[in-house]
Amino acid sequence: MAGFALRRVAGLVLVLLTVCAATFAIFYLLPSDPALQACGKSCTTERIAELHRQMGLDKPVWQQFADYLGGIVGGRTIGTGDLAVRCGFPCFGFSYQADRPVWDLMVDRLPTTASIAAGAAVLWLVIGLSVGIGSALRKGSGLDRSLMAATLTAASLPVFFTGLMALYLVVQVAGLLPFPTYVDFGDDPLGWARNLILPWIVLALLYAAMYARLSRSSMIETLSEPYIRTARAKGLPERVVVIKHGLRSALTPIVTVFGMDLGTLLGGAIITESVFGLPGIGQLTIDAINKSDQPVVMGVALLAAFFITLFTVLVDLLYAVVDPRVRVS
Amino acid sequence: MTTTIAGAAEPTAPAAPFRALAARVWADRAARVGLAIVALFVLLAVFAPLISMLTGNGPNEFNEDLIDKSLGGPPIGVLGGISADHWLGVEPVNGRDVLARVTYGARVSLVISLLATGVSVVIGTVLGMAAGYFGGWVDAAISRTMDLVLSFPQLIFMIALVSVLPGGDRTLLLVLVISFFGWPYVGRIVRGQTLSLRRREFVEAARAGGQHRMRILVREILPNLLAPILVYAALSIPVNIGTEAALSFLGIGVQPPTPSWGQMLQKAMAWYQIDPMFFLIPGTCLFLTVLAFTLLGDALRDAVDPKEGA
Repeated sequence: MAGFALRRVAGLVLVLLTVCAATFAIFYLLPSDPALQACGKSCTTERIAELHRQMGLDKPVWQQFADYLGGIVGGRTIGTGDLAVRCGFPCFGFSYQADRPVWDLMVDRLPTTASIAAGAAVLWLVIGLSVGIGSALRKGSGLDRSLMAATLTAASLPVFFTGLMALYLVVQVAGLLPFPTYVDFGDDPLGWARNLILPWIVLALLYAAMYARLSRSSMIETLSEPYIRTARAKGLPERVVVIKHGLRSALTPIVTVFGMDLGTLLGGAIITESVFGLPGIGQLTIDAINKSDQPVVMGVALLAAFFITLFTVLVDLLYAVVDPRVRVS
Repeated sequence: MTTTIAGAAEPTAPAAPFRALAARVWADRAARVGLAIVALFVLLAVFAPLISMLTGNGPNEFNEDLIDKSLGGPPIGVLGGISADHWLGVEPVNGRDVLARVTYGARVSLVISLLATGVSVVIGTVLGMAAGYFGGWVDAAISRTMDLVLSFPQLIFMIALVSVLPGGDRTLLLVLVISFFGWPYVGRIVRGQTLSLRRREFVEAARAGGQHRMRILVREILPNLLAPILVYAALSIPVNIGTEAALSFLGIGVQPPTPSWGQMLQKAMAWYQIDPMFFLIPGTCLFLTVLAFTLLGDALRDAVDPKEGA
């Protein structure tokens, strides 16, 4: 078990390093120049060269990359002269536009994104799995058909469309809820939930539909396995057959997908945040891209990759605990 | 991590007879509805200039007489300014004809999603077959690359790539970026199938008969892969439509004045309280297209593997 965990964590580090290198390559080899932006409109060639030197952009690419990696592990001072800034551990670069380390910017935004993701995840798991399993158990019935039609509809609705509809119908016409703003959970738990309920529902709707379809087909497949027939033949109560024998193995593919989805969302629920104007990591990304604030975009990309790979590995480890066969392969 | 399209797990022995497949899809009522909607939007896209000519409204013609400037620019009249001249109303602020913009937007959506699907399927098939058939270091290299691409936060990277790359006509750029993140899904399916096909008797026979490996790949293995590839392609079209719309919505899709549905929805965000028609129309187009392609894809999957459907 320890060996397996170690291999998986080594794999995680390798993936992150590669993502890091790829991100670095995208932002530093493509035609765009952070110095040019820092310099402003009335910029001379000498000033640019000076800025390049101060920002460390005149060094070879591999040296810059090594510096960047070193910063993540131990913090660093970026640049020299009047542009020198201290960027503490873990240093994901420095945003000259916001005049703050990228890590601080991300930490500020993380609670919003985590709140959106966590609340929505609870909703979609509960709704998606109940619909999917219910449908599978009544396969072919009228209930199954109408539920599946509903999930097909929900899965075809993009978040930015349902979001606008929700805002129009619930906030504007019915006046049931306020326009969402982010309230910190610690300050006002009720206000937190009241403001986030709409984004949660909108985001969960799409995912619940996908999870319902996935869990239905997975459950149907599992229930047709010979060992389920054996369990029934033993005379086990249907509840035990479905929950203990069926559900447990039908959930496997769903847990995998869930790990990926949650990881992806933690890296920024970009569309949801954008529709509801919530100041999460996704908004930070969009703002940074509009302002060409490359260090921030790069930091966010890495953070998102970290969450995705982390959750994938966590899921793998979870399987290894549950199912010893996984450790060997 | 495994993304298998249900029903593509076991290769069907002979090349699926496509005429029978088409008949089975056609027998599915939902598929016929999907096909009708797809046909409608394809026609709208193809004949967008003709529709513009008939109604007399180009997609970029401003109609400032149709908006209420004193109120900041909402369309004059009910339901977003629907009238005999402007069947779906006009845009706020500049009064452009919504019908013209929606039909031209259909072009963007369909062209990008279909091309992206085509490119990712071709790349995924070639690399997946190579990985599955040759094994060894070829397989290791291709499989690791696929894993890596899949562990990238796709939307962020798409946004980053598109925004850093030079502007101009973004259609090709969007196709390439969407396919870049799409091919590993096809690649995995194709690799798995090729792996099991390679050990089948008819492939062994071809190999024993001294056929060149290229010929084996193209003549023996590829025909058996067509059904799962077709299913995957059909189901990835709606996903790509959604991705294109999302990128446009975030302001990094095709650039104005070229219209696209996602871009219209983005503009509609500022107007949803006063002019809900402006988000309802492009939103509904998007919804219907995605739904229609999904219905078709589902029907195709069930036709390839009848045991899956309800």
